Amino acid sequence: MITLRINGLDVSVEEGTTLLEAARFFGFPIPTLCYMEGLSPYGACRLCVVEIGEGPSAKLVSSCTYPAEEGLKVRTASARVLRARRMVLELLLASCPQSKTIQDLASAHDIRQQRFRQEYEDCILCGLCVRMCEEQMMAKAIGFRNRGEKRDIGTPFDVQSDVCRLCGGCIYVCPACQLRCTYTEPEKAICGGCANLIPPCLEKEQFDDMMCYMNPCVACEIDKKFEKK
Amino acid sequence: MEANRAISNEENICAEKEVDLKGILRILEKQEGRGGLIAILEEIQAEYGYLPEKALRIVSDRTRRSLVDVYGVATFYRSFSLKPRGKNLVCACVGTACHVRGAPRIVEELEQQLGIKAGETTADKEFTLETVNCLGACALGPVVVIDGHYFSKVRKSRISQLLDEARRGFDKAQPGKDKRIFPIDVSCPHCNHSLMDETFAIDGYPSIKINVSFDHADGWLRLSCLYGSYNFSTEPDIGVDTVVRFHCPHCRVELPSTSDCSMCSAPMVPMLVRGGGIVQICSRRGCRNHMLDLL
Repeated sequence: MITLRINGLDVSVEEGTTLLEAARFFGFPIPTLCYMEGLSPYGACRLCVVEIGEGPSAKLVSSCTYPAEEGLKVRTASARVLRARRMVLELLLASCPQSKTIQDLASAHDIRQQRFRQEYEDCILCGLCVRMCEEQMMAKAIGFRNRGEKRDIGTPFDVQSDVCRLCGGCIYVCPACQLRCTYTEPEKAICGGCANLIPPCLEKEQFDDMMCYMNPCVACEIDKKFEKK
Repeated sequence: MEANRAISNEENICAEKEVDLKGILRILEKQEGRGGLIAILEEIQAEYGYLPEKALRIVSDRTRRSLVDVYGVATFYRSFSLKPRGKNLVCACVGTACHVRGAPRIVEELEQQLGIKAGETTADKEFTLETVNCLGACALGPVVVIDGHYFSKVRKSRISQLLDEARRGFDKAQPGKDKRIFPIDVSCPHCNHSLMDETFAIDGYPSIKINVSFDHADGWLRLSCLYGSYNFSTEPDIGVDTVVRFHCPHCRVELPSTSDCSMCSAPMVPMLVRGGGIVQICSRRGCRNHMLDLL
């Protein structure tokens, strides 16, 4: 057993427990985006930052990947942590404003606007879908490709993978695309037709600027390809 | 995207070498046990000039890695290309140091002279222009690499000359002009008899004549005496990857190997260089590893 202090509370946890698991177990909420029970922690979204150590040597670490250490002093909601989290959320809002998850988190953190150039990405590269595919579905149909600003998620060669079973697990876990069926214009929002068809990452190119990835959409019957021209 | 696909299909057809299972399997066999995916991909790229889709599928199949992982590695590294490249590869460094020293203008000039954008290949499949982020030679910037030859402190005015040279081929460059290519005069380390053969010229210079034997065949091998040239001619047909034994044609003694090749671990064969020094060449056909120690 390892004893550590979380927000002034002395607790003991089993060896190998991460700070996030320990904090949540003892009732300290830490927001997360790329963490999911049953999947390996990844540390991509940085929302789960906590402050460890004291004085000038205190530092911010991602709690989902940091294992509990003997005598560690952890603060899950210090001013520094909250400031970092708000910044992360603002950046996420700037890249993916249509995500309900991100919107909710932002409003919970009292963020009313963001200061950065607005983009409309449909992926925040949290890697949940990749881990879901590999670790729970044992498929490895999608993965990270390229690097730097060209980094994206998809199948090799942009063709449907042989090992994909169209289970839809990747859509299910995606924090950016619960509104995948929402057409970009509000009045056409939510047709609900694409509940479980070809995972959107498979044919990304065809559906570049809209959140609905089916063509033609079974519910609203708008032929996206035709409309684009 | 669809238009792009059509073009890349066409390119596949035009590609010089057809991707065959045998060739890939040979590479995989060679790399077996060493375990490195990157080494395998590098070798495939050296063979075909790029990484064909078929080859990646075979690699993932045979090495029991998922295609996603193989594809991820292949697209992660800048040195790998999934599109066929031209005969000559022009890499312009646009790292911070080179950028400050005027790399953008160099790239612009290259783009203009070749008529393509960075990352593209000319229609005649002669040149591929790529940018790299740093070559580690920051003090020498802007750096341009053409077919593995590094050019430092490149100016706009020098580019057309460099491209011309690349078109002609660097291997055919004149020894007088290019200081990296020069003739050497070698002799047997055992009897010190000269190995030079005036009667048989390679690259316009006397060749180095050695007797070789392997398996049950033997005969002569004549090497170019130009350091930096890999031209040679042989009497017996030596298959690629065959390790041969070298004998002095005068004293008949096998040239004694003192070290192994750092690249393929075949014995390195030493020869004395007139004027003091030793040149060692790898005894494996197809391996170009060599070392020159001048005294």
